[in-house]
Amino acid sequence: MRFVRKDNSMIFRLCAALAAYFAAALPAAAQGLDQAINQAFADYTGWYVSLIFAPIPGTNFSWIAMWLVVAALIFTFYFGFIQFKGFVHSIKLVKGDYSDPNDAGEVSHFQALATALSGTVGLGNIAGVAVAVGIGGPGATFWMVIAGLFGMATKFTECTLGVKYRNEYPDGTVSGGPMYYMVKGFAERGLKGGGIFAVLFCIFTILGALGGGNMFQANQAHAQLAGVIGDYPGWITGVILAGITFAVIVGGLKSIARVTEKVVPFMGIFYVVVSLLILIMNYDMIGWAFGQIFVGAFTGLGVVGGFTGALIQGFRRAAFSNEAGIGSAAIAHSAVRTKEPVTEGYVALLEPFIDTVVICTMTALVIVISGVLNVDPETGLYIWNAEAGRISTEGEVVGVALTSAAYARALPWFPVLLAVAVVLFAFSTMISWSYYGLKAWTYLFGEGKAKETVFKVIFCVFIVIGAAANLGPVIDFSDAMLFSMAIVNIIALYLLMPIVKRELGSYVSRLKSGEIKKFN
Amino acid sequence: MSGKFVVGYDDSSPARRALDFALDKAARQGGSIVLAHVMEWSPYTFLTPEELEERHARRKQEIARAETAIMGPVKDKLAKVDVPVETIITYGHIAEKLCEIAKQTGATQMVIGRDGNSALVSRVFGSTAGTLVQIAPVPCTIVP
Repeated sequence: MRFVRKDNSMIFRLCAALAAYFAAALPAAAQGLDQAINQAFADYTGWYVSLIFAPIPGTNFSWIAMWLVVAALIFTFYFGFIQFKGFVHSIKLVKGDYSDPNDAGEVSHFQALATALSGTVGLGNIAGVAVAVGIGGPGATFWMVIAGLFGMATKFTECTLGVKYRNEYPDGTVSGGPMYYMVKGFAERGLKGGGIFAVLFCIFTILGALGGGNMFQANQAHAQLAGVIGDYPGWITGVILAGITFAVIVGGLKSIARVTEKVVPFMGIFYVVVSLLILIMNYDMIGWAFGQIFVGAFTGLGVVGGFTGALIQGFRRAAFSNEAGIGSAAIAHSAVRTKEPVTEGYVALLEPFIDTVVICTMTALVIVISGVLNVDPETGLYIWNAEAGRISTEGEVVGVALTSAAYARALPWFPVLLAVAVVLFAFSTMISWSYYGLKAWTYLFGEGKAKETVFKVIFCVFIVIGAAANLGPVIDFSDAMLFSMAIVNIIALYLLMPIVKRELGSYVSRLKSGEIKKFN
Repeated sequence: MSGKFVVGYDDSSPARRALDFALDKAARQGGSIVLAHVMEWSPYTFLTPEELEERHARRKQEIARAETAIMGPVKDKLAKVDVPVETIITYGHIAEKLCEIAKQTGATQMVIGRDGNSALVSRVFGSTAGTLVQIAPVPCTIVP
């Protein structure tokens, strides 16, 4: 007995020693893991990021930003400024004025819009704006709003096509998105290559879902939590978030997703209300802040890169925030119950307006007014932190931490709430993107529980990687993937836009003749 | 005078009492019944992407379930009485939808059962009977 007890005590002491060793070694190991992931990330994805963001020869303007802006402009002109002419009609559609009461119980325009918005409103509006303003100066906001306004026409085009060419299955479920309009729309126009476009789009969507729809979200959620709780290894946040996401998307714990879907819109509204409150508190500075935004848009206000720096950052962040031209919204909007695909286009054009023109501008105004961007008192220009490649900020914070610091100037309790909001926004965006990614995955590999689970598990693993990696490589990779989706999607939109024009023409004439009735 | 009675029905015991009451009245008057089952639904709720995808299929299932589980048992009973009965299964805000049905069908009276929630519960969540009393376009009978 005595020997056994002695053995037990030895085992206990051994375990205690091991526990003590791991307790001491774990943070170092974790930090090492963080660095290893970062390095691997930079090594393996760097070349692709460079390719996507390569500047147009002779300029420092990336060709991909130009690609999106030119597309938005072309759609704006092609559809006769639909985003302005159709704005009031869009609101009437969302209100349900044209919804057939016999369709009650089906997906309404409002529901499709709200779900699509909860996939887009989130970190782009909080962290993305801070990144844009931090690098491009307040002027980036101006270009972000312009990109948002024109992007409304892009969203109109892709979501109309999303509904028109969706698949409706015998069991009543629907699947839609660019991959479907690429195949069916190309065939209708007698064009070849729809299948190849669809496959390419799906590959980029899967990678975009893992990048912007996942790693960027996890990364920023961790940054915000670490800012409030104190610094700790990113993989811990990653593992927790991955665990919850796993429970929802693999374990079928839909109640969590439902709660998030319901809380997120209120968080969004609360965020806007708080922003307005801060702006009202500083009403005397609103004029000045707009001045900074307008002047900065064309001069840069001392920001390196000046006008183009502001322009590029504004356009980049707007595209990343409202996803116009990316194709993701066409997946979300395609489930709506409507006989007129163009009505969903009208509704979808509100998305970039709410996301970019309203919410992003609020964040930008608060950041500019708060004074967290350091200004040289002598010249009145922003102080450039050459080493970091951005404007020097209070506490040298960046991304979501900068937004948090700006709001904290007016409301010291806000960072805690923002941390909760960021985690929820991040989570809801991840849920949305896991769905977009899954749709692309099943398009490529076919439906089936085992195949779907493989994607879902990969998705959860990337949450951990995203939370552990540094901001730089993650943000670049996620942008690169999302913009790759836009390359194929926008080519398809160009080829299919005559179909949308025909739909629009027919709809507008029937609306004028009274054939399409108002129900309410 | 023959009248048309809209009866809000969900197969609960108050709803059955309301139907019995309406049947009795309609039989005496030579009137008819519109038996309406309204599933609570708002176009302004928030759904997950999966829920959007499945919504149309689910709606079909919900209507089928309502037909068999809610309207099914009562149909046998109605077959035995000599009162014309029309059934409606629909979605919406229950009280508002019942009023809409009353207007559309040209009903002369509405009859619903009372769920008997406590004053506190009704105050917090509202009650169909309470709302209907306020907005009914035709005389409304609430059966305890």
